[in-house]
Amino acid sequence: MKKAPVNKIIQFSNVDGPGNRTAIFFQGCTFNCMFCHNPETINMCRSCGICVPKCPAEALSTGTGGEVLWDFKKCVQCDTCIRLCPHDASPRVNWMSVEDVMQQVRRCAPYIDGITCSGGECTLQAGFMTELFREVRKLGKTCLIDSNGSFDFEKEPEVLEWSEGVMLDVKAVERGWSETLISDSGDMVLKNLEYLKKIGKLFEVRTIIFPGRDVENEYTVRYVAEKIGNACPYKIIRYRPFGVRERFQTIIGEDETDNNYAEKYARLARELGAAKAFVV
Amino acid sequence: MSDALNIIQDPTLTYKQELLALARLGESTDNSLRYSDEYYEAKRKGALCDLNEGVMPYRPRYICPDYELLFKKGCDFLQLDPPKDLLEAVNALEIFYCHVPSITSFPVYLGDLDKLLEPFVIKEDRAYAKKVLGLFLRNIDRVQTDSFVHADIGPEDSITGRILLELTEEMQLAVPNLTLRYDPEKTSDDFALACVKCMLKTAKPSFANHRMFVNEWGERYAIASCYNGLSVGGGGFTLPRLRLYECALDAKSPDDFIERELPRHIDLQLEYMDKRVKFIVEQSSFFKTNFLVTEGFVKLENFTGMFGVVGLAECCNFLLGIEDKKKGFGMNSEATELGIRIMQAIENRVSEHEAPYCDAYGHRYRLHAQVGIDSDGMDDSPGTRIPIGVEPTMLEQLEVNEKFHPFFPTGTGDIFKFEETYIKTPEAILPIIKGSLANGLRYFSGYLENNDVVRVTGYLVKKSEIEKLRAKKQSLNNVTVFGMGAQDGGHALDRRVQHHEESSC
Repeated sequence: MKKAPVNKIIQFSNVDGPGNRTAIFFQGCTFNCMFCHNPETINMCRSCGICVPKCPAEALSTGTGGEVLWDFKKCVQCDTCIRLCPHDASPRVNWMSVEDVMQQVRRCAPYIDGITCSGGECTLQAGFMTELFREVRKLGKTCLIDSNGSFDFEKEPEVLEWSEGVMLDVKAVERGWSETLISDSGDMVLKNLEYLKKIGKLFEVRTIIFPGRDVENEYTVRYVAEKIGNACPYKIIRYRPFGVRERFQTIIGEDETDNNYAEKYARLARELGAAKAFVV
Repeated sequence: MSDALNIIQDPTLTYKQELLALARLGESTDNSLRYSDEYYEAKRKGALCDLNEGVMPYRPRYICPDYELLFKKGCDFLQLDPPKDLLEAVNALEIFYCHVPSITSFPVYLGDLDKLLEPFVIKEDRAYAKKVLGLFLRNIDRVQTDSFVHADIGPEDSITGRILLELTEEMQLAVPNLTLRYDPEKTSDDFALACVKCMLKTAKPSFANHRMFVNEWGERYAIASCYNGLSVGGGGFTLPRLRLYECALDAKSPDDFIERELPRHIDLQLEYMDKRVKFIVEQSSFFKTNFLVTEGFVKLENFTGMFGVVGLAECCNFLLGIEDKKKGFGMNSEATELGIRIMQAIENRVSEHEAPYCDAYGHRYRLHAQVGIDSDGMDDSPGTRIPIGVEPTMLEQLEVNEKFHPFFPTGTGDIFKFEETYIKTPEAILPIIKGSLANGLRYFSGYLENNDVVRVTGYLVKKSEIEKLRAKKQSLNNVTVFGMGAQDGGHALDRRVQHHEESSC
């Protein structure tokens, strides 16, 4: 049976799409963004074992094959392991089948509008998600994909068939800035922006505004606003240093983006035709 | 120093609060209403509690007048004609409210305000109607100075309902308490969402499971006081409570408790209720001469006795030897299943008892999950609630609630505290309310973490008013002092906050 690495499931979330949603966070990401707030979801555990002796609840152990094992029942969620991890990974991952996830979703179903798959980068589990969405749809609930845009949706559109659409992050447009910020050219993201809009599966677009990055911010917002127009909401998000790795804070900022500064870009986006642009 | 002198020298009591305290003191000088020695012994041990109802009841505890009748035929005693316009209508209600007794001496039920006032409101210009209703609410807050004063709206949308929500949000008052009677067929999502927004900003309205109440009481039911289901044109004679933790202290095992100690205490509480109900009906003058009775605003047959319980969580944890509350009732299926067994045993025994009067309910009392009082401290959590400080995720808390709420026609409820981001996403709360009510939840209350008006256990207080009392200043609202006690002794304002990052695995 197909299993996927799940970092966590949030039963009730009000910040992962409209209404009340169950949010499923998969482990593993295709980018390495400087501003990532949960960098422990980026890589898969390499079983280096550094965290094992440091766990105060003795929830971590080494298996017969040398792999790091995690005991959910003993874990006190103190986050010691993910702070120590030199690989931006986490030993706290559940390998779950579609049915495992569905058991959680069914329990939440009476109280939610739908589910959102997020990460890490959930499209690394596209096949798993397609099966999951098919089951969730049977409950009459909606399915959203929260993606960094690195997946070629045009080439493998099956997962979109059962989904209301994609909440797409467009973090950087200018190639140099993109390579600095997310360790990727960002070409696929921009391709997806156009493709998803064309097929009506662009649910919303988000861009983070960084303090003092006038040129980069404007370039990104202009590009996105002109592309999406009125097709979907455009969320302008303020950069917040909370949870960002220290070595990157010194590069992209230790201060939160000022609200008025962010509002300036929301206004710009609206002037360029993205009528549903607003700061969150 | 005498008790009377203590009262009249207390700097934190308003004149009216002194008067009520002196009346309670005067009532306590008579002891002609007597109970068995076993009753007094159980009371002394704290297993039974009369909620300081007073030893000589001179009115039913809760009275829910038929205000529609007032509007239809007026009131001879108060010399009120049926109102012809909005001003006359609110004036008649303001006068009438001052003559409705209760345990607190304030009216615990103000009527279905939207239904009552809509015919008058629609004849007026909206801005004028809003002005009049604003003054009406101000009158209630300053004259009926007690947070157990309660008004109902819904289930249908209305202009009056909308105006009352707007005013509730703008005025930020603790009084009156407010309930939306929610029915998925009759209440539009748009109106329900307006209520959620108002609830986040002012801790009211709460959401009552309309279908559940209609099934038990018929269409004409009231939500009064904290969250009490009662009949319009009737009410509740009395509300004593079993303090289940203390009831269990002498039990040798869960079975011993259910077979021996629990029935013993149930019977003692029933003895208390029977004697008290008979006294109110047969000895006190209320049902003989009060205009509410003689003019038909309430009818004796529509009253029932409310059989209260409190502290189920602590009772179950004690019986199973669970010392860490985090692993107890609410988080532990064995403890929760024991809770269900205990509630079924209580329900069975109370329903076998032939109660005096209570004609409309087959001479039966009805169960009530009492919400706790300030002196309970941490020993007995309200009703069947999970103790504050160890609540699991919201989903798990709702699932436990849904198992227990159907036991309590005369009221139960739970309260959820939401963090600030929810003010921007009220549409994330409505599906939770709808789902839980559909699954058997009776009553849902919520508020936002940093509000001034907050819900303590079932009633509302302003945190700023509690601070006045701490500074030895007077607070106009009688209930502020309970809020302070519940905050200090029961940590009632420290309930778990619904954040967006809660995980299940």
